[in-house]
Amino acid sequence: MKAAPWVERLGYAILVVAGLVAPFVVYPVFAMNVLCFALFASAFNLLLGYTGLLSFGHAAYLGAAGYVTGYACKAWGWPPLFGIALGTLVATALGYIIGSLAIRRSGIYFAMITMSFAQLIFFLAVQFPWTGGEDGLQGVPRGTLFGLVDLSRNLPLYYFVYAVFLFGFAVIHRTIHSPFGHVLRSIRENEARALSLGYDVARYKLLAFVLSAALSGLAGATKSLVFQLASLTDVHWHMSGQVVLMTLLGGMGTVLGPSVGALLVVALQNELASLGSWVPVITGAIFVVCVLAFRRGIVGEVQALVKRSF
Amino acid sequence: MPDDAILVTEKLTKEFHGFVAVSGVDLKVRRGTIHALIGPNGAGKTTVFNLLTRFLPCTKGRILFNGQDITGERPAQIARRGVVRSFQVSAVFPRMTVLENVRVALQRKLGTSFHFWKSEKSLAQLDPRALELLDEVDLRAHANTIAVELPYGRKRSLEVATTLALEPELLLLDEPTQGMGHEDVGRVTALIEKVAEKRTVLMVEHNLSVVAHLSDVITVLARGTVLAEGPYQEVSKNPAVLEAYIGAAE
Ligand SMILES: Nc1ncnc2c1ncn2[C@@H]1O[C@H](COP(=O)(O)OP(=O)(O)OP(=O)(O)O)[C@@H](O)[C@H]1O
Ligand SMILES: [Mg+2]
Repeated sequence: MKAAPWVERLGYAILVVAGLVAPFVVYPVFAMNVLCFALFASAFNLLLGYTGLLSFGHAAYLGAAGYVTGYACKAWGWPPLFGIALGTLVATALGYIIGSLAIRRSGIYFAMITMSFAQLIFFLAVQFPWTGGEDGLQGVPRGTLFGLVDLSRNLPLYYFVYAVFLFGFAVIHRTIHSPFGHVLRSIRENEARALSLGYDVARYKLLAFVLSAALSGLAGATKSLVFQLASLTDVHWHMSGQVVLMTLLGGMGTVLGPSVGALLVVALQNELASLGSWVPVITGAIFVVCVLAFRRGIVGEVQALVKRSF
Repeated sequence: MPDDAILVTEKLTKEFHGFVAVSGVDLKVRRGTIHALIGPNGAGKTTVFNLLTRFLPCTKGRILFNGQDITGERPAQIARRGVVRSFQVSAVFPRMTVLENVRVALQRKLGTSFHFWKSEKSLAQLDPRALELLDEVDLRAHANTIAVELPYGRKRSLEVATTLALEPELLLLDEPTQGMGHEDVGRVTALIEKVAEKRTVLMVEHNLSVVAHLSDVITVLARGTVLAEGPYQEVSKNPAVLEAYIGAAE
């Protein structure tokens, strides 16, 4: 597992610098979009890659947090930080409720339960009057940070989003490399054995689920400020599928993989946007080719290569 | 001497959709002994282990550990009481190092296993004890090997080390020598003997020379019921036992 730590550190260094200069190289909104999805996919990976649980309903946490944050900022005029905090909190609570029910099952049943609840959230988003139905919640104000920094301008907002991303990423990184993370890995590796060593496997899975939902919520909350919009796209099952795709593409169970996957998918969608309805077909085809060619995902393959050559 | 029974089962029964896999089994395992559970394939030996550790709930019956009823407890609770099992197929954490395998078992005692904000460096304090345990099973030199890369016999040794890390009172070993070469069988047998000096062992084993060599008491199970019980010399001459074995061989 410990594939040359210096490679990892180099990867982080490149990532941090790239993040700092990104808004001068690419369109800031594009960069913010990538960061939100990178955080979302990394949070998802905590569950899939490090606990071995495939949730097929993570759009629920991303989307619900987006709606709550958008509503708090728009209807109640909350400042952005409080709005984000509330959205994240709601996603955390949802994660606790849904997670408690889902972790009793495993494999395909787990995936189906998480998906059913996500469909329920989608249905509520369609039905509730305050979510704006098909139009979504539009015109969410970005507000000012601590009453000082005007986030309606893209550059300051970018650095705010970047800070949120780094925070979320640091939480994930620490979780993976914590005593808790070690127990999670043992559960992923051999659940029955972990149980026989006296670990209440279900409780560990639940905490992992809640953390993953919370950080997905953080990503969704932030995203609603970036686009000043909370919409059905973010609670749709396509979104749940997309995060699986990003994670597998970049490399599940690797720290940087999901971010790389998010970058690729978002960039691809941007490039191909002009092709309209062909976008899912093309991304799907690319996905199939990638998964067949590098089973460990891009980062996973690079790691294996580095390990073999040193 | 009812007091020196560490584990007692009363009328232990398990049905799978009407099929009775374990039927009214009364077991009494005395403290400090090596107790073997033998029987033909499909006799219900693994199922008994699954019942004892609550990996499966029993249909009827009671399980007493140190005189306390543990029938309804959760698997993790039972493990924490000191009843630790191994599995019929080797059960290591394949993509973790040998050292990490043992450390996961030691880690629970620190009480920080839910601390997701703490650095993994805090686990390093367990390394000396983990290495000590690896020494006991001759694996210290492989401490940094990824477990999946170990040969089969070594994996089983690692399993023993991981189990010992919990300092269990009662070890349940499900076919510890299955699928091993001659040399490995010898090493694991010696290891069990050493381990049993301070603990009680209940083991399922097909290799009769291992059983004859190690066990103080043997319980023979066939079709879910106890066929015979006693020391090896006695049990091995029992006509019902011979018949069950020969019957199963046909
Ligand atoms: N989860 C289950 N569901 C249904 N039947 C089961 C289950 N587990 C075991 N059985 C059945 O119960 C019987 C006893 O199985 P068990 O695995 O306990 O046998 P065993 O004595 O360990 O055999 P072996 O020597 O082959 O390991 C078998 O007929 C098996 O098919
Ligand atoms: Mg068996």
